[in-house]
Formats: sequence, C-alpha cells, structure tokens
Amino acid sequence: MKRLGLIAIMVFGGLLFSISFELPDLGDARSPASTHVSPYYIEQAIHDTSVPNVVTAILADYRGYDTLFETAVIFSAGLACFFLLRITDRKAPKARFYRHLATGLTLRVEKGGRLPEDTKEFERIDSAWVPSDVIINMTCRLVVPFIQLFALYVIAHGHHSPGGGFQGGVIFGAAIILYAISNNLRRTLRRTSERTSALLGSGGVIIYLGTGLLCILLGAGFLNYSSLSLVPGLDPVSARSYGILIVEIGVGIAVTAVMVWIYYNLASAGKLDEGL
Amino acid sequence: MEAITTLIIAKYNYWAVILLIVIGLYAMIAKKNLVKKIIGMNIFQTAIILFYVSIGAKRGATLPIIVHAHGDAAHAIHAADYINPLPHVLMLTAIVVSVATLGVALALAMKIYFHYGTLEEDEIQKKIMDREPDKVATSGEHL
Repeated sequence: MKRLGLIAIMVFGGLLFSISFELPDLGDARSPASTHVSPYYIEQAIHDTSVPNVVTAILADYRGYDTLFETAVIFSAGLACFFLLRITDRKAPKARFYRHLATGLTLRVEKGGRLPEDTKEFERIDSAWVPSDVIINMTCRLVVPFIQLFALYVIAHGHHSPGGGFQGGVIFGAAIILYAISNNLRRTLRRTSERTSALLGSGGVIIYLGTGLLCILLGAGFLNYSSLSLVPGLDPVSARSYGILIVEIGVGIAVTAVMVWIYYNLASAGKLDEGL
Repeated sequence: MEAITTLIIAKYNYWAVILLIVIGLYAMIAKKNLVKKIIGMNIFQTAIILFYVSIGAKRGATLPIIVHAHGDAAHAIHAADYINPLPHVLMLTAIVVSVATLGVALALAMKIYFHYGTLEEDEIQKKIMDREPDKVATSGEHL
C-alpha cells in the first residue's frame, strides 16, 4: 500500500511538474489571472467604494456573497465541533481536586463528597495540574490586552492597511485562547462563556445577513451597500465604505467567537470541565 | 546556463507548490495515523494557498492598497503598479476556513479515538471487522 501510494504520487507529481513549464512565469503582469477582471478591481475600487485597500473592497463588496457564505461555513464548523464533541449530561467526575491557596495543599474530593465550592480559600485545579510558571503567567497577562487591542485595530483599520474581519477576528480569538492556555479553562469560561461565544458566533453572521437584508429594504439588491446612503449625510460611495466596515465587524465577531468555541470543545473533549 | 537560471526563476514557485502537494497527498494516502492524515491535508491546503498567492504576484508591483487614494495627491491608477488582489481575497477566507475545518477534523478524530481507543487506521478496521454484526448495529446508535 505504501509503495503503491508512493508510485501514484510520483506519477502525479511528475505530471504536475511537466505542466508547470506551460504555466505563466512568476511575476508576469500579463498572465491570464491578472488580465481579465483584476485590472478593473484595482482601477475602479477606489471610485466605487472609496476604500484604498482593494482586497477589503473585493472581499466585502464585489464578492460579498462569497464572504457571507465563507462566514457561514466557519460558523457551521463551530456548530459541527459542538455537536460532535459536547457532552451535555452532567455526570459528576470521579474525583475533583482542590488546592488550598494559602498552603498549597491539594484536596482530593471523591464522587459524592462535599465540595468547597464558594470559598475564596480553595481553587479548583485540573487532574493533570502542574504549578504554573510565574513567567508564563505574567507574560500572558501583560500581553493579552495588547493583542486584543491590536486585533481591534486590525479590524477597524482594514480599509487603509492590510487587515479586516478575518485577520482581526483570528487575532482576537488567539488572545482568548492564549489566556485559556496560560491560565486555565474554567477561568476563561467565567469571562467568555460557551453561551457567549455561541451567541456571538451566530450574531456575527446575523450582522452580515442583516446588512444585506437592510440593503433590500432600502431599495437596492442584496448586499448593495449604496442604498445605505438614505442615511443623511452619506453619498452612495461612502455608504459602501461604511457598509464594508459593518460587514467586517460582523465577520470579526463571528470568527473570534467560533475560534474560541472550537478551542473550548477540542481542549476539554466536550466536557468544558478541564482544559489543556 | 543562463537559460536554466531564467527558467528556475520563472517557475520555482510552481515547483515548491508541487513539492508541498506531493508531500500532503502522500501523507493522506500512505500514513495510517489519522492525525498524520489531517496534517497531510493541511499541508495540501497550504500548497493551494501558496499557488494562488504566487499567481497574484507581478514583477515591480506593490501590494494592492492604493497610495494617495484621497485628497489632492490622488493620481491615475495603473493596474500594473499593484499586484493582483483577487487571489489574496480568495485565500484570505480560505485560510480561516481551513483552520475551522481543521477543528472539525480533529473533533472527528477525537470522537474516533474515544470510540475505538486508537487512531491507527488498520487497528480501527480490525476492531470493526472483529465485532459481531448485531453488536455493530447497536453501537451505531451511540455514534
């Protein structure tokens, strides 16, 4: 099987290699990919949408349908992880571990034992708990807010610099995941609960869809942001710019929430009890 | 010699893509471990992303953000000055989608591991074969 696979791969790779001589050269400005529709985008995007970043203009305006359904795909990937892994029946674990904060003593509470739940003296720890490194803990605590701020900048500044909803959303999600890794899952869940991430994930897609439907209600096609110019003080071109911004924010929220949601389910194997 | 150098400079991006595609496909076909197959799939996706992005390159062009787009300094825009933005748009979404689908793939692998106790494909197949037919039918309900 292994040898057969190797032969098949070699033949396939050889075929691709022989084709590569027919493909346009690297950096050729007259290659087919760069001659049909992309010159229009580059030359007209600024006049159509007043967005200097052509990538953002194409992403959210010219190819708005594509991006809408990509966002829906990401959300349904989060849903798929949830339905595959989440264990909803609340069976108590065999044993829970608590750490007395003042002395560092570890308590093992067997199933059915009374739990010191609401005290400030005890902290619940994972069964595979190791004393956390001060350097890791402090570095992450200092870095996480700056990563989140940078993520918001990337989302908001997507019109003028490389960035946008997808990139910023992933950065924001990574910041929350970094917090979950450096601290623990339960503390992260207290700040960003599973319900929050699920609601934000669907909320982001709904913002995108709602913008499209609003455009219909205001008398233009689906996702044709120029109809938003009914708002006083907006001409159709800058209305497109603001429409793109709203859509990017929706994408950013959806991507953040789904990344975090997938991490929660994967890291705790669906129990949302003990994380990595 | 000169001709070969020009050829290499003109086509090396495709060769890098082909190398990555071949590595990814080989991992998907020949490896027995499911996580290694998933990693192979990801390498394949990376190859596709590299292919698209390298297609968008233009010699002597800059990234597709119009300089001096507004105000008095605004001037005529030539398509040859900016790289092709379309492949970047397509891959921008594809990267995030590939991360999301990686999550789904890992979730499936996890589920398989909990059910069969292994991630090796041949061992899973043996466990399926060894089971009695009625037991397979009942265990199917749990999945």
